[in-house]
Amino acid sequence: MAERVLEVTGLRAGYGPAEVLFGVELHLARGEVAALMGRNGAGKSTTLKAIMGLLPPRAGSVRFAGQEIAGAAPYRIARMGLGYVPEDRRIFTDLTVAENLDVGRRAAPAGRSPWTPERLFGIFPNLAEMRHRRASAMSGGEQQMLTIARTLMGNPEAVLLDEPSEGLAPVIVEQMADAVLRMKAEGIAVLVSEQSLDFAAAVADRALILEKGEVRWEGSIATLEADEDVRRAWLTV
Amino acid sequence: MEWEFLLVQALSGLASASSLFVIASGLTIVFGVTRIVNFAHGSFYMLGAYVAVTIVPWLLEFDRSPWLFFAGVLLSALAVGAMGVVMEVLLLRRIYRVPELFQLLATFGVVLIVQDLVLLAWGPVDIPGPRAPGLRHGVDIAGQRFPAYELFLIFVGPAVLGLLWLLMHRTRFGVLIRAATQDREMVGALGVNQAMLFTGTLFLGAALAGLGGALQIPRVSANPQMDLSIITEAFVVTVIGGMGSVPGAFIAAVMIGLLQAFGVLVFPKITLVLVFLLMAAVLVVKPWGLLGRPEAAAGRAVLPEGILDPGRLDGLTRALVVVAVAAVLALPLLDAYAVKVGTEVLILALAAFSLNFLVGNGGIVSFGHAAYFGLGAYGAGLLVVKAGLPMEPALVAAPIAGGLAAALFGFFVVRLSGIYLAMLTLAFAQIAYAVVFQWVDVTGGDNGLVGVWPSRWAASREVYHYMVAAVTIAAIVLLRRVIHAPFGATLRAARDSAQRADAIGVDVRMHRWLGFILAGAAAGLAGGLYAFSKGSIDPTLLGIPMSVDFLSMLLLGGIQSVLGPVAGAAAFHALKDFFLPLTDHWRLFMGLSIIAMVLLFPRGLAGAWASLRRRPA
Amino acid sequence: MTLLAAEGLVKRFGGVVAAKDVSFALDPGEMLAIIGPNGAGKTTTFNMVGGQLRPDAGRVTLAGQDITGIPPRAVCRLGVGRTFQVAQTFLSFTVLGNVQMALIAHHGQTRRLLADAAALHRDDALALLDRVGMAAQAARPIGELAYGDVKRVELAIALAAAPRLLLMDEPTAGMAPSERSALMALVAGIARTERIGVLFTEHDMDAVFAHADRILVLVRGEIIARGTPAEVRADPEVQRVYLGHSGTRAAERAKRAHG
Repeated sequence: MAERVLEVTGLRAGYGPAEVLFGVELHLARGEVAALMGRNGAGKSTTLKAIMGLLPPRAGSVRFAGQEIAGAAPYRIARMGLGYVPEDRRIFTDLTVAENLDVGRRAAPAGRSPWTPERLFGIFPNLAEMRHRRASAMSGGEQQMLTIARTLMGNPEAVLLDEPSEGLAPVIVEQMADAVLRMKAEGIAVLVSEQSLDFAAAVADRALILEKGEVRWEGSIATLEADEDVRRAWLTV
Repeated sequence: MEWEFLLVQALSGLASASSLFVIASGLTIVFGVTRIVNFAHGSFYMLGAYVAVTIVPWLLEFDRSPWLFFAGVLLSALAVGAMGVVMEVLLLRRIYRVPELFQLLATFGVVLIVQDLVLLAWGPVDIPGPRAPGLRHGVDIAGQRFPAYELFLIFVGPAVLGLLWLLMHRTRFGVLIRAATQDREMVGALGVNQAMLFTGTLFLGAALAGLGGALQIPRVSANPQMDLSIITEAFVVTVIGGMGSVPGAFIAAVMIGLLQAFGVLVFPKITLVLVFLLMAAVLVVKPWGLLGRPEAAAGRAVLPEGILDPGRLDGLTRALVVVAVAAVLALPLLDAYAVKVGTEVLILALAAFSLNFLVGNGGIVSFGHAAYFGLGAYGAGLLVVKAGLPMEPALVAAPIAGGLAAALFGFFVVRLSGIYLAMLTLAFAQIAYAVVFQWVDVTGGDNGLVGVWPSRWAASREVYHYMVAAVTIAAIVLLRRVIHAPFGATLRAARDSAQRADAIGVDVRMHRWLGFILAGAAAGLAGGLYAFSKGSIDPTLLGIPMSVDFLSMLLLGGIQSVLGPVAGAAAFHALKDFFLPLTDHWRLFMGLSIIAMVLLFPRGLAGAWASLRRRPA
Repeated sequence: MTLLAAEGLVKRFGGVVAAKDVSFALDPGEMLAIIGPNGAGKTTTFNMVGGQLRPDAGRVTLAGQDITGIPPRAVCRLGVGRTFQVAQTFLSFTVLGNVQMALIAHHGQTRRLLADAAALHRDDALALLDRVGMAAQAARPIGELAYGDVKRVELAIALAAAPRLLLMDEPTAGMAPSERSALMALVAGIARTERIGVLFTEHDMDAVFAHADRILVLVRGEIIARGTPAEVRADPEVQRVYLGHSGTRAAERAKRAHG
């Protein structure tokens, strides 16, 4: 069995008095793409934020690359090699594309060829043309590409990708799927939160279904696509 | 007028603009990254001057060279930068997430502490600085003599602007500052240690303030009033330029420098009014300043900081109110001193309640409420002293004066929100203060006016006390009623979501303006009563420390509560009255108390009372 | 008679044309959806109708009355209710208090200084909450509700103005799929029985194709297609530029699900 790069056990988190996560259990193997699925409000984004330390976990353990990271500051977690791509992109719109990439830049671990703007422009050719343009002048789809590229500049071993297809036109969604597959080809593990089964099926090996703050189902994407009962129970009406 | 004269006037305007920009740029950078408006920025400026008048003469003992002079100035700036680091690590780091009102108060606490520490270290006497070797002469410009040092200052501003631009665009630290100005949390999620970034930013900002102060020593003596006088100007520059924008601060500083230089020729006494008109004009056209941008709407809806549900009084609270009113009425049974303090507490309670009508109920964080209190006092006092009218019409005029001032200033204020609004209220209050201070013929200037006595029937302390009790309690009951009425609810609704209020047909700006006027009138009434209780009026009634006192009463009482500010006023005034005569370091004590309250006790007395009430019996 | 008509709306931001000659009409009781990729000008168009933006050219009329460029509060008073992509409510109020506040505003009583706001329009507010199925939650602070329920309360707030037209910006955004169809069914029911016109934008193709009477497809500020759901679904240009594969699948799913 492949080595686990991320292992989450008993993770609880919430906002103020509201509890959202009630003991999430999940893991991610090195180089694997797993889809964290579930209805809106199930706790997908909250899970990713809690892993990243943007929302302090109230209980449970998060181990990344063999080290406990629950409760650590986000910048420390990022420096250990876990990248985070937020749902709402959070591009620095005052900065140029190149400067946005520079904010994300961190040295690569020994023995790995680092991501450079040039390499990223190979994946996202649109970005190369607008290198010195302010990010505020970009379309939503281009911003989504930039936010992924910015995270890759940190040379992460694993990436938390929050709802990459949300709010994008279907043609752009397909480009996002390509990007995730490129990351996988580079050996980066990806935990992608997603509502669309189409997107998950296109990129992921494995699916986890979150419902009311707990992982309720886990299995291969193929099984999920074949099993209408599971889909009906957890994903659709 | 000769063109030569105008040229020299323009140059001297540019020299002040340059100094102002150096200071304001630090304020605006710190705000951009930390979202904290640092009141203590003026203190850093003052410290820069004091450190410079200490070390520059010492350095010049070795050799009277220009290089040592500027080395001393730079050293002073770096030393002040280090003090900025201390402030970030000890205080700011703990308050990045608290509401902006508390942030402003906490940094004002630092202002008070630094004032007392400066007095301890350097004493109360102004300390003149050395003149800059090599720049002591005058330069002949179109037949006029112009000081070489001023000419040098003109170049400092653009040089600092250029260096800051390089820093912001050519270094990673600068790019990170710009990124963090937009989204601090995301910068952290990308692996940047925010704490280091914020500490670095405070170093930069404080060092710029220190540089500004140190560069002033050949022109002005280091003195303990430098902090508050410069901070208002720096606020005005950052508001006009757009908060967080360095180029905006530069443009605004040049505009203000030139306006003051030429305004002096046309309206020698009221240059500040010109600055006010400029600021008002800019904000009408561009509410976020010349190069500023609207504050990003909060992503996640959060409960507002303020009155949530005005609710009904429960039995025990009702009993407490009855006891408090009875105690107020019984004070004349004690001694004259108790009556005096009791009268003042009632007046301050009305002022604090009217402020919480804005802050707690309307989400309008006014940092200059003393303006309306003070203008009410002057409105009443001038009628008595200058027009010879009796107390009764003067007390009618007091709320009208406060309300009219609130109508004028509020017209601009309600166009803004959040920290911009707070800064603007503060700037307006300082303008009102300056007018009262400078218009000596009418207001008596710094000395104020005496002889504001009540009518004969109310001349005794006791009768006046009962009259004040009747008026203030009636006013508080009425304002409380308004909080429960549709008008008060509409203000809360607009505070919760201006967008939703607009969509259900509410003219948000109009309602906020009316609320501002009502609160200003109530504060004016309190001011009028205060004038007659003291028998005199003076400019401190409109000053920043008075506004901060009112806010401290809210902080102490709790802004979530309708009646908390009344309790806060009583507790604050009683404490101040008790401790002030006992200590030479009231400001140090007060500054530390404000910071302690912000850090430990942010819900105030009312919060403590509520949690006591919730506890099972 | 036409309830809402937009004629030749144009809006530029700097050099970018966000809306270019956008025209459409809406009848009472009709549900009209605007769809399109992000940045296509949906929200711009929407805000020109709602009064948040003034068009550079063109005209908006409501039941024949020109409402071009008048502010949102005035648009509201002419009988236009509005919901937002991120629900906008008064967070410090109760569920009931939110609707009461909307009724106070509707009756022009917001400047009353002495009446007790909590006692005004209680019954009417409860009746409105009943219509959206939220009467049982009336006394709770709105901040405690699940998001789907907040959206229902927001609908009740919009209905408090007795609107002829509802503007709904992504009404189902952020809701669970099960809540989505229930909310859209509720809106459609109210629209049809009370002859209220509904203009809405939406990303959820299931919601659009199941509930819209007509659809406008906006791309780069221009309407590239319009028609019934069946017509739009069959339009090859629409499939190419917007729906792509997954969108078409959603449209097909909706077709199967809703006959």
